[in-house]
Amino acid sequence: MGQKVVLRERIVDESPRDDLIRRERFPHIWCPGCGLGTVLKCYVEAIAASNIPPDKHVIVSGIGCTGRIAGYVRLDSYHVTHGRPIAFAEGMKIVRPDLEVTVISGDGDLVTIGGNHFIHAVRRNVDINVFLVNNFIYGMTGNQMGSTTPLGAKSSTSPYGCPEPPFNLPLLAAALGAPFVARWTTLHVRQLADAMKRAMNVKGFAFIEIISPCPVGFGSYNDLRDGRDYIKLFLENCIVDHSADLNKVGITLKPGEPIILGNFIDREAPTYHDLELEVFKKAGWLK
Amino acid sequence: MSLKIVREPINKYMQKIPLGLIHIIPERCKECGYCIDLCPKDVLEVGDERNIKGYRWPRVADGKAAECIACRMCEWICPEFAIFIVEADRREYV
Amino acid sequence: MSGELKLLKPGTYFMMGNIACVEAALIAGCEFYAGYPITPSNEIAEHMSRRMPQLGRHFIQMEDEIGSIVAVCGASAAGVKAMTATSGPGFSLMMETIGLAAMLELPCVIVDVQRAGPSTGIPTFVGQGDVMQARWGSHGDYELVVYAPSSVQEFFDLTIEAFNTSEWLRIPVIVLSDEVVGHMYGRLVVPEHDKITIINRKRYTGPKEAYLPYSHESLVPAFVAAGDGYRIHMTGLTHDERGYPSLEIEDSHRLVERLVMKVRKNARSLWKYETFYIDDADVIVVTFGITARSSEEAVRRARSEGLKVGMIKLLTLWPFPEEPIRIASQYARRILVAEINMGQLIHPVREVAECPVAGINYPIGYAPPPEYILDGIRAAV
Ligand code: SF4
Ligand code: SF4
Ligand code: SF4
Repeated sequence: MGQKVVLRERIVDESPRDDLIRRERFPHIWCPGCGLGTVLKCYVEAIAASNIPPDKHVIVSGIGCTGRIAGYVRLDSYHVTHGRPIAFAEGMKIVRPDLEVTVISGDGDLVTIGGNHFIHAVRRNVDINVFLVNNFIYGMTGNQMGSTTPLGAKSSTSPYGCPEPPFNLPLLAAALGAPFVARWTTLHVRQLADAMKRAMNVKGFAFIEIISPCPVGFGSYNDLRDGRDYIKLFLENCIVDHSADLNKVGITLKPGEPIILGNFIDREAPTYHDLELEVFKKAGWLK
Repeated sequence: MSLKIVREPINKYMQKIPLGLIHIIPERCKECGYCIDLCPKDVLEVGDERNIKGYRWPRVADGKAAECIACRMCEWICPEFAIFIVEADRREYV
Repeated sequence: MSGELKLLKPGTYFMMGNIACVEAALIAGCEFYAGYPITPSNEIAEHMSRRMPQLGRHFIQMEDEIGSIVAVCGASAAGVKAMTATSGPGFSLMMETIGLAAMLELPCVIVDVQRAGPSTGIPTFVGQGDVMQARWGSHGDYELVVYAPSSVQEFFDLTIEAFNTSEWLRIPVIVLSDEVVGHMYGRLVVPEHDKITIINRKRYTGPKEAYLPYSHESLVPAFVAAGDGYRIHMTGLTHDERGYPSLEIEDSHRLVERLVMKVRKNARSLWKYETFYIDDADVIVVTFGITARSSEEAVRRARSEGLKVGMIKLLTLWPFPEEPIRIASQYARRILVAEINMGQLIHPVREVAECPVAGINYPIGYAPPPEYILDGIRAAV
């Protein structure tokens, strides 16, 4: 006691969170500096803090870099077809309302090829969590532009700059009636994990857009070649404004134009499950 | 500041600044540098040794170990689950 | 309130094919239906929307057919029996996910009430142009089971059979009906419920450490559902026995082989067919679905003309009932394959037949009149 010990790092081979990851599959496939591992970290921390036993948590993901996330979480985990994890999660949640079903997938997966399922799941207010990781690009297939690529940004299929305006996802989700809408970056680890935990406890469709570094893909085309460039971008441009006007939170990545973060919406609305119980009553199944 | 007197709280001896013991899983590190850059106390630096994939995992910079305040930023930001903190009682070590 | 009381009671009914399909699914234990409006399958969704909530089960109208079959897969992964119904264009949209169901080994039932194609075709007219698509529609190597009813009773029976087979083999099973069978009213005899065989997927309940979700030890690994506590991983990527993605040739080989062999090795018990007058037949008509109704009449008339004609009605289209066709072809001089398309089922028939095979094709949106088939028979004799 009280006597000085020479302190230095300790080399070990497992982490205290290894119970919630498939540690035998680490190191994972993501590039150095990719934000997806941090999303995974925040998700498992949120699970640990959620007061819902891990055996009741289910993760569903689709195709792409983010789609691989289901394979690294030690939960019931389903890695389905491109664009379809939300529909899969809906089927699962409807027959097993006791499960805490979370979809984590990419922008291309959830709102481009899978956009139809996204809008309808929000409209129905199925009680699932959707954590959309937005890296502004199709990383795994070789950095093609997508529906979230900012106007003018370069990619392997937009050599002259992306000719299309991107989605403003918090606005989209809010307009469809989502009870919970947030946006964070992978730099905002605690806020992100707190938002995830909140999402797990929200009744109804909870949506978080997570802005994530993709230094090897999007970054290599747009002067963000190192994860540190992204950190700088986030530190310099992010503004937290929980009551932001969602019409104005579209992301341009232009110098001087902020990336607005926050827990924008947290409200109550009848869930698909609530409304289905009404149907059961009218049909005579429930009193 | 015009006031030159820096007052020390009288109960300073009761305040506990936590100490973090830094744990590293070298084989998982991909040398992204996030832990190093985002440590508010500059505790970490790039190490010399390379893991099987050729990445240099972080190490505690000389004489910096006791400055870790167990904020866990390094642990949370690490995309690889390669670094984590065990909180200790500062009085036992420093 | 007991769900049991609300299932269709044993007895004799006069019922529409599509409705009989729904009642069969309910008796088989279907707990989840997801679908999208499309003619001529709509009565299935409509009746489901009325009946499922009466039993505390789930009906959802999805945003498209892709969402429908994917939601069915999700429900199946949660451990319940689930189905969808559709027709031509919607069936095309489902193809990718049929491959997913085969790969994840999720039992599910897909009813395709065939209509005239290609493309939008004539939605209200009948077709049998999905025979090959039902078998080969999704990419890659897999096998599934396809049943084809030709009457209201068969639609009922084969829907129950489809659930049983899908649960037994953990595969998607397709009921390849058609517009006429779906819309016809016919006699339906519902037996005592306890006389109806109901199969439920084998569940794993052993120790967690020992569980391999995709064990190659048997052809059909035991299932665990989401929430069972096994923390299972399922992926559409080629996977090893733990369910983890694998790039190993060996894993790929063993997985694909098992997916295929679980159907092939059980083919004999999956074949369902009926024969009419084939003992002394020179010419045998091989057919299925609504075409079998016309063909049966044509064969009867041919017999009354003294022609030695028989018929094999296939209730299982895939895995193709090779043996009965081969044996018949060893005695007959000629096989005629009657179908409402330009020639699809004729291909597997030709592959196994040891006598000449010709088609009677009637690809015009109606059930062929018996005379049309009779003309084909006369020409062949
Ligand atoms: S391509 Fe981008 S998103 Fe994909 S793993 Fe690499 S850095 Fe991450
Ligand atoms: S816990 Fe905080 S202070 Fe300690 S090394 Fe990590 S980032 Fe630095
Ligand atoms: S954050 Fe993790 S992966 Fe990156 S350098 Fe630090 S320990 Fe290595």
